[in-house]
Amino acid sequence: MTRKQLHPIQLIIGLFWLCLCSVSPFLMAADALLEFENDTQAALYLQLTKDHRCLKCQNQNLADSNAGIAQDLKREIYERVVLGESGSDISDYLVARYGDFVLYKPPFKATTYALWIGPFILLFVALWYAMRFTKQSNRERQTPNSEALAAARDLLDKPDK
Amino acid sequence: MIKFLPIVIFIALVGFLYKGLALNPAEVPSPFIGKLAPEVRGPILNAESEFNSADMAGQVWILNVFASWCRECVYEHPLFIELAKAEKVPIIGLNYKDKSEDATAWLNRFGNPYSNIVEDQQGGVGLDWGVYAVPETFIIDKKGVVRHKVIGPISGESMQQEIMPLLITLLEQDS
Repeated sequence: MTRKQLHPIQLIIGLFWLCLCSVSPFLMAADALLEFENDTQAALYLQLTKDHRCLKCQNQNLADSNAGIAQDLKREIYERVVLGESGSDISDYLVARYGDFVLYKPPFKATTYALWIGPFILLFVALWYAMRFTKQSNRERQTPNSEALAAARDLLDKPDK
Repeated sequence: MIKFLPIVIFIALVGFLYKGLALNPAEVPSPFIGKLAPEVRGPILNAESEFNSADMAGQVWILNVFASWCRECVYEHPLFIELAKAEKVPIIGLNYKDKSEDATAWLNRFGNPYSNIVEDQQGGVGLDWGVYAVPETFIIDKKGVVRHKVIGPISGESMQQEIMPLLITLLEQDS
């Protein structure tokens, strides 16, 4: 009796599906292990881990990061969420320890005015300058000076050779 | 004059960006500077007793966060050994997320400059101090206010030019 042989391509496709099916539950497991009393708490936890930065790996938020410090902070956030603390209280707790830098969105305050308003000021200056520039060149184009007019008339009046 | 405005703005921007190149993004300013230091409480390594930072009141002291798994800690360690020889400022070691036996072996190998070593196996004290990159070093004055923080290993240069002068000033102040 001949056993049906799997074509290598079939084997690869099969393995590919196996990987896909097995990886995603593992990815979700980290957060699925946490138990919340209700969906609001779960949503608050997810929001907080998204809005705060991992200081070890600065371009990642806590939710994305697997660094030790991110794990600790996530656990801390989880414990506080389950205790019923509000999002702003938890955020204040983190800022008190790690400073504003822990926030992905910098707060609007005296030290960050330039950061928030600066781009708009630059934009307005650029617009104002561009308008002024185009207006000026329009005006120059509309009123050619008398010398140029005279020269042009001369050329027109001159009979052709 | 107004013609040069874009050029002036451009040069100013380049100036800011150029300065930004020299900044180290890993050095996050600590919100503790100038504020009362958080508590340090925990078991003392290889001893039955417990450490409480309240006992340090009236002294200038250094809190050095270290671990046996921390490779960079080895670089700054000789500086603390030297500093400890002067016996002017107590250095408290916070053994962050480490095992007692590993920490003991590490200290036996590289020397022990600490007047006390507090175990922080879970990292709870570290969390209160906003520790995120070992080694970190804090300098606390006689009133219990954090005056300086170094993230990462201390260089010999910064020890001489920043830390020593600061310690001398702080030691001269009244408690």
